[in-house]
Amino acid sequence: MTHPESVPPSEGSPTDQSEGDQSARVVMSSGDVSRALRRVAHEILERNKGSQDLVVLGIPTRGVALAHRLVHVMAEVEGRDVPSGALDITMHRDDLRRNPIRAIEHTYIPAPGIDDKTVVLVDDVLFSGRTVRAAMDALSDLGRPRAIRLAVLVDRGHRDLPIRADYVGKNLPTSRSERVQVCLAEHDGLDEVRISGGDR
Amino acid sequence: MKRHLLSMNDLDRQDILTILDTAESMHDVQHREVKKLPTLRGRTVVNLFFEDSTRTRSSFEIAGKWLSADVINISGKGSSTSKGESLRDTVRTVAAMGVDGFVIRHSASGAALQVSRWVDAVVINAGDGLHEHPTQALLDAYSMRQRLGDLQGLHVAIVGDLTHSRVLRSNLICLKTLGARVTVVAPPTLMPAGIETWAASEDFDTSYDLDAVLPAVDAVMMLRVQRERMSGGFFPTEREYTVGYGLTRERLRSLQKHTVICHPGPMNRGLEIAADAADAAQSLILDQVSAGVAVRMSVLYHLFAGEGSLT
Repeated sequence: MTHPESVPPSEGSPTDQSEGDQSARVVMSSGDVSRALRRVAHEILERNKGSQDLVVLGIPTRGVALAHRLVHVMAEVEGRDVPSGALDITMHRDDLRRNPIRAIEHTYIPAPGIDDKTVVLVDDVLFSGRTVRAAMDALSDLGRPRAIRLAVLVDRGHRDLPIRADYVGKNLPTSRSERVQVCLAEHDGLDEVRISGGDR
Repeated sequence: MKRHLLSMNDLDRQDILTILDTAESMHDVQHREVKKLPTLRGRTVVNLFFEDSTRTRSSFEIAGKWLSADVINISGKGSSTSKGESLRDTVRTVAAMGVDGFVIRHSASGAALQVSRWVDAVVINAGDGLHEHPTQALLDAYSMRQRLGDLQGLHVAIVGDLTHSRVLRSNLICLKTLGARVTVVAPPTLMPAGIETWAASEDFDTSYDLDAVLPAVDAVMMLRVQRERMSGGFFPTEREYTVGYGLTRERLRSLQKHTVICHPGPMNRGLEIAADAADAAQSLILDQVSAGVAVRMSVLYHLFAGEGSLT
């Protein structure tokens, strides 16, 4: 998926074949992605001292797939299921009026709810931080978590807001004009992170 | 998606499906503790109702408020219209205050279209005379889809006072666009004049015999007998209407098990619909009211949230 400047990840945008590919370089292979996710899952469990009171919520589209993979690893390690779901943030975006209207994805909060839980938000790329700001607002409408943590596959820098990730798959220094594309098997047929564009 | 919602013809199949899908997400919000989304913060929507309404006006108001829009209600009675101000002057006066949208109901067919030519704001038709009531058709489709699944190929009967119904036209367009088969049933006096010419373009069946149609359909939509619009002479007695065209207890038994019953409300219990049918497990009537808020939230979202139209 593409991340043009200061616009948070758009829903299901197809990878930009025409301009991106000839200069695209792969920064994470399929093996890198799965190792990073395993490590992040272990870090979450370590910091939380197990999986009790943990709820993992993905931000559509690719954050949901990542959240599922994380809880899958956690279930292997801990021997019990960790509740996971999806949190659509469209209605809380601050750029709705600047862009064409977008379709709304489903929000699914697992049964025990989020009150007094530690909620781990999962997204593919952390860039401006505006998506995460919207996600925290959306969460406060749904209940009062004990704590909110943030896990991302790629942190590419250039924050507009005072937000940081607690768990990072890979720190990726980029220039603002570059594009970071995260491909996941669930949506794109393979796991890969590519970087393209920019003046180099 | 077009800028205004004046007629169901303003929406193509994809637009309708998008609105219904969004309404599903909005429906979840109705069951939350905090029923408030910040999406339309700073937008002002005026409900301009020149005819009586309970559910349409209040559900538009609730929908707007849950999306954080500022909603103002103006009714015909008690506004300057009763002092003799024209519709044009009323809407232009309110528009001059800087509102973003109008939700309008008026007894004259075409009123919403007229208003959309007079003001820059977005206009939603909430019922114009005998013409259309698009959000009602959307919420009917939503309720049926929730219970029956995809409407493609389903058979729907629309029964009752068709002559005075704006719901009929909107529902016909909506159901045909979604691929349903439609049969309209009414006594000859309440079948709209010239409906054959509609049938030519929309492809639906007409019938005068309710008992022949009912056992075959997947959904039956009973329309209200609009006594306030009748100047007499459409049927001899109410009892006779009920015997011929009411959804009575006996007719309820002739329906298939999965067939659902809709009524846009308000109901004349005992006239077009028996209490047994209105309160049956197959009845979607309360679902329709609940869907009304979700569908109107969805419509407001798509018409007001962004700068551009739906892509």
